[in-house]
Amino acid sequence: MNPVNYLYLAALLFTIGATGVVIRKNAIVVFMCVELMLNACNLSLVAFSRMHGNLDGQILAFFTMVVAAAEVVVGLAIIVSLFRARHSASVDDASLMKL
Amino acid sequence: MSFPLLTATAALPAIGAIVTAAVPAARSRSDGDGPRGSGTAKVVALLFSVATFVLAMTVLVRFEPGGARYQLTESYDWIPAFGVRYELGVDGIGVALIALTALLIPFVILAGWRDADHLENSSRRWRPTQGFFALILMVEAMVILSFEATDVFLFYLFFEAMLIPMYFLIGGFGDRASGTDEAQAATQRSYAAVKFLLYNLAGGLIMLAAVIGLYSVAGTFSLSEIAQARADGTLEMAASTEKWLFLGFFFAFAIKAPLWPLHTWLPNAMGEATAPVAVLITAVVDKVGTFAMLRFCLGLFPEASKWATPVVLVLALVSIIYGALLAVGQRDIKRLVAYASISHFGFIILGIFAMTSQGQSGATLYMVNHGLSTAALMLVAGFLISRRGSRLIADYGGVQKVAPVLAGTFLVGSLATLSLPGLAPFVSEFLVLVGTFTRYPVIGIIATVGIVLGALYTLVLYQRTMTGPVKPSVAKMPDLKVRELAVIGPLIALLLFLGVYPKPLTELVDPAVGHTLSDVQQKDPKPDVEAAK
Amino acid sequence: MENLIALLVAAPLLGAAVLLLGGRRLDRAGHLLGTVMAAASFGLAVVLFTDMLGRAGDDRSLHQHLFSWIPVGGFQADVAFQLDQLSMTFVLLITGVGTLIHVYSIGYMEHDERRRRFFAYLNLFLAAMLLLVLADNYLLLYVGWEGVGVASYLLIGFWQHKPSAATAAKKAFLVNRVGDVGLSIAIMLMFTTFGTFAFGPVLTSTGETSEGKLTAIALMLLLAACGKSAQVPLQSWLGDAMEGPTPVSALIHAATMVTAGVYLITRSGAIFNAAPDAQTVVVVVGAVTLLFGAIVGCAKDDIKKALAGSTMSQIGYMVLAAGLGPIGYVFAIMHLVTHGFFKAGLFLGAGSVMHGMNDEVDMRKYGGLRKYMPVTFVTFGLGYLAIIGFPGLSGFWSKDKIIEAAFAKGGAEGWILGAVTLLGAALTAYYMTRVMLMTFFGEKRWQPDAEGNEPHPHESPKSMTIPMIVLAFGSVFAGGLFSLGDSFIKWLEPVTAFEHGHSPLSAAVVTSATVVVLLIGVGLAWLQYGRKPVPVVAPRGSLLTRAARRDLGQDDFNHVVLVRGGEHLTRSLVYVDHTLVDGVVNGTAASVGGLSGRLRKLQTGYARTYAVSMFGGTAVLIAATLLMRAV
Repeated sequence: MNPVNYLYLAALLFTIGATGVVIRKNAIVVFMCVELMLNACNLSLVAFSRMHGNLDGQILAFFTMVVAAAEVVVGLAIIVSLFRARHSASVDDASLMKL
Repeated sequence: MSFPLLTATAALPAIGAIVTAAVPAARSRSDGDGPRGSGTAKVVALLFSVATFVLAMTVLVRFEPGGARYQLTESYDWIPAFGVRYELGVDGIGVALIALTALLIPFVILAGWRDADHLENSSRRWRPTQGFFALILMVEAMVILSFEATDVFLFYLFFEAMLIPMYFLIGGFGDRASGTDEAQAATQRSYAAVKFLLYNLAGGLIMLAAVIGLYSVAGTFSLSEIAQARADGTLEMAASTEKWLFLGFFFAFAIKAPLWPLHTWLPNAMGEATAPVAVLITAVVDKVGTFAMLRFCLGLFPEASKWATPVVLVLALVSIIYGALLAVGQRDIKRLVAYASISHFGFIILGIFAMTSQGQSGATLYMVNHGLSTAALMLVAGFLISRRGSRLIADYGGVQKVAPVLAGTFLVGSLATLSLPGLAPFVSEFLVLVGTFTRYPVIGIIATVGIVLGALYTLVLYQRTMTGPVKPSVAKMPDLKVRELAVIGPLIALLLFLGVYPKPLTELVDPAVGHTLSDVQQKDPKPDVEAAK
Repeated sequence: MENLIALLVAAPLLGAAVLLLGGRRLDRAGHLLGTVMAAASFGLAVVLFTDMLGRAGDDRSLHQHLFSWIPVGGFQADVAFQLDQLSMTFVLLITGVGTLIHVYSIGYMEHDERRRRFFAYLNLFLAAMLLLVLADNYLLLYVGWEGVGVASYLLIGFWQHKPSAATAAKKAFLVNRVGDVGLSIAIMLMFTTFGTFAFGPVLTSTGETSEGKLTAIALMLLLAACGKSAQVPLQSWLGDAMEGPTPVSALIHAATMVTAGVYLITRSGAIFNAAPDAQTVVVVVGAVTLLFGAIVGCAKDDIKKALAGSTMSQIGYMVLAAGLGPIGYVFAIMHLVTHGFFKAGLFLGAGSVMHGMNDEVDMRKYGGLRKYMPVTFVTFGLGYLAIIGFPGLSGFWSKDKIIEAAFAKGGAEGWILGAVTLLGAALTAYYMTRVMLMTFFGEKRWQPDAEGNEPHPHESPKSMTIPMIVLAFGSVFAGGLFSLGDSFIKWLEPVTAFEHGHSPLSAAVVTSATVVVLLIGVGLAWLQYGRKPVPVVAPRGSLLTRAARRDLGQDDFNHVVLVRGGEHLTRSLVYVDHTLVDGVVNGTAASVGGLSGRLRKLQTGYARTYAVSMFGGTAVLIAATLLMRAV
């Protein structure tokens, strides 16, 4: 199969993720969409690796996974504490960062 | 390696600032008229300022007027990647101004002895007395370093850094105001402080661009290396580049000096700050601006300086007359002195850009003498204001009847400000006028109008505050105290001495001015009779 | 001998310093110390004078170089003194009259709590005035010139609690400053022309430069002289200066300081001689002031202001004479000295009258005082006879010579000047007779004041009368003494040069004309003020009288144009500074603030907005990169 098709799939997944981040309010869903985007990137990295015939992309994909794992830990912790404080997981409720 | 005298002179007040700030706060805040810790801080600060003065005098003695251009030099690598060096050195002009600074600071501290007392009891403040005196010493350190730096980048650093302690001095410490006025006074103070900071920072940023531009052209920040390259003819600077760089530097210095129309921060800052801080601004900090014009504008960009001379002279002339006229129209004593200073800075800049030895020697002497005369006038005005709690001229009248010594010293300060012969400012003002006149007769003649206007605003001020029937509000005003006399007495003595015998100062300054003039390749015009022969 | 010159200045300067710094401790002895210092200076002057007489005419000039004052490049100013016959004349006049007035002030200021300071200022004045006449260069002269200005400022405003006195002091200083600008420009011109401003080199090398330059220098010097000597157009301060204590008016505003302008012109004779156009201006200024002062003097009811007008007019005579060149310098100085005697005497007499009349100055409230104050009457009377030029007295000798010299100017100018000086002589006789009659003759016109205190005119104490008597002697004999064998001409000739003028009228004719106009003036005054009683309330008077009472409108002009105009100018400038210059600054700050206020709205706080902008930004960047590739 043509590896380029994987790239199309990755782009599709990324778009779905991005759309989710922008339109969903629930922090958990937004978070999952972010993960989706990361995985889309991973997919394209692996596809590139295959296309170029070297392992650079795969190595980078592993890095991404590690970072994503760390991010999940921190991100979920933030979401949980946010939920505790506000009894809501809506991202729109946390808009104190405006001036 | 010899003892780094210049570093020591600047480091001592900096150390003093740290030590003063570290004096612990008072244990109890209500015993006696001042907490114990704050008293210690004052004494520590005074001792450090006096010690600095002693070091400055050592510099003065060690300096040989006829010797090399920059003496007592120190040079170390600092940021080799950018060619920034820690390079210090003084010429006669620098020595004179360092001596002035080191001389004035003890008086400023002594005059401001009680300026922070009224803040001690407000709970939200953290050791205001320690802060006040530490900041003054910090300013002194920065100013002395800017007079010493012979590396453009190093100079820029201190030129900008001194704004920070000044900002806190202006914004944090004002005259004692009663009750409801306090809130309004605080608003005006912070407005003045922010204006001071932003105005000067704006100038500084433009200068920073010019400093970087200079580096990209010359490949070094060192004054001596640039001068060497210029002498060898290896420095390639296009005329237009030189003009832009000159403008970048000049703009910053013209704000600091200040030159019309970039002057409006000064009356606000001097009006809102306490009198000693106002003296610090006009007599010490602003001198860095005029000093830098001589050393950097003329020294680095001689051709551009000559190119800009007509415009600068006209602006200086406008400053002289405009400042004096506005001084006449003021209702606030401190703002009046501020506008008078603007007029005087006009004279200084006029002298610098007249490019004659009389003009530039006169301008340098003017910097010193203006420091002394303004300090005398402003500090006495401060004593007066602290007695009545008002800056408005209309609130005073007939003071000479109740406080003759105060009135007498105020009069001497006024006479010095109007450049009376026999007092130091006359020497410098006349030299500036003569120096200008020999090259630009018309401008010299117009500038003499400043002589008349100077008499007008000082005598009007004296008449309105000191003479006439005694106003009830001043009827019980006490005369000068011993501490206040100790401030004003030496200043007046010095004004008299330098008025009668300015030779030590002219001998110090003359060779340095000669160097600057040779930088810009200008010679004094010959008198007609000689020229004819 | 030359080492003593500095002591002349140092003695009164020391006195002033000690008195000012000594504080209240010296209150009781201050006046004595001040007087002793003045007398010491006079003693020294006499010693130097006798020494000078012992030497030949052209060997009488002494020099003392103290130290180099301002050495900057080619600009060399020294503190150095020069004592020649011209300076000597002034030194004797200043210290002599000065000492007498110190003595007089002991009595006059007896009840003033600030008497010590008064003497300190008087000493300061003496020091500055001596510096002025002893300096050997123009810059040092300038120091003395402004120094006397300050002393005069302090003394006019001595009673500072009176707003009028403080205002008068300020006015005097400011008007003088305008003149001082002239002097400083003259010095600058000298420096650019000759490379120096010492008397010796400048005055001997006038031939090496153009007449235009010399005229400019001379005119600037004249401006300075106008300020200090109260000549038109800078005369307005002198009348107000009478707010000062009377001894001050006598010493500073009659005998010495106001004559400094004449000194300056005479000293700079070489410059003026080489600039005939400037000389013409000098003569015109002198002639105009001569009439101006006399007219004002005729109308004033305030005895001191009448005398001030007279001073102005008499100095006009001197300036006119000095403008005539070598035929007039000597007579200008001679009139200056005799005027110093009789005008100081007249002022001291006026002070004595005021002393006895509860400080009343309105002559309409005097009358018949000769019975109450015989000594004052006699000394004042002798001064009066001297000033109107009564034959044989001092004023006669000096004024007559000036009138002769004016005619000798030659041509139409000579006739005009001669006529003006004669007219002036008539006016002098008129206004002085008026003063004399209103004060000492007629019926008493004083009344109890609002609190019911009636003045009790009485003779003044000895400390006041003795100086008046001494000055009266001077008023009577000085002129004759100077004219005896042309001694004064021979004395000054080596310094100022002298030429005999060739008058179209013989000396006898001029003298008789002088006497005739004198009699006319006296007669007119008698008709008006002697024959019939003087009204206590001043009549409305003719248009000229009313104008003269208001100083011929000059003060009104100053007030409207300079004071009001200046106030408007400064007020509008304050407005401009606030709204325009500062407005630009604050406007810049405000627009930066406004812009950031707008930008702030982009910061909504919603994570998704930020996400959208991130995606949008990335998309734009990628698109741009691709586009660049494609191109």
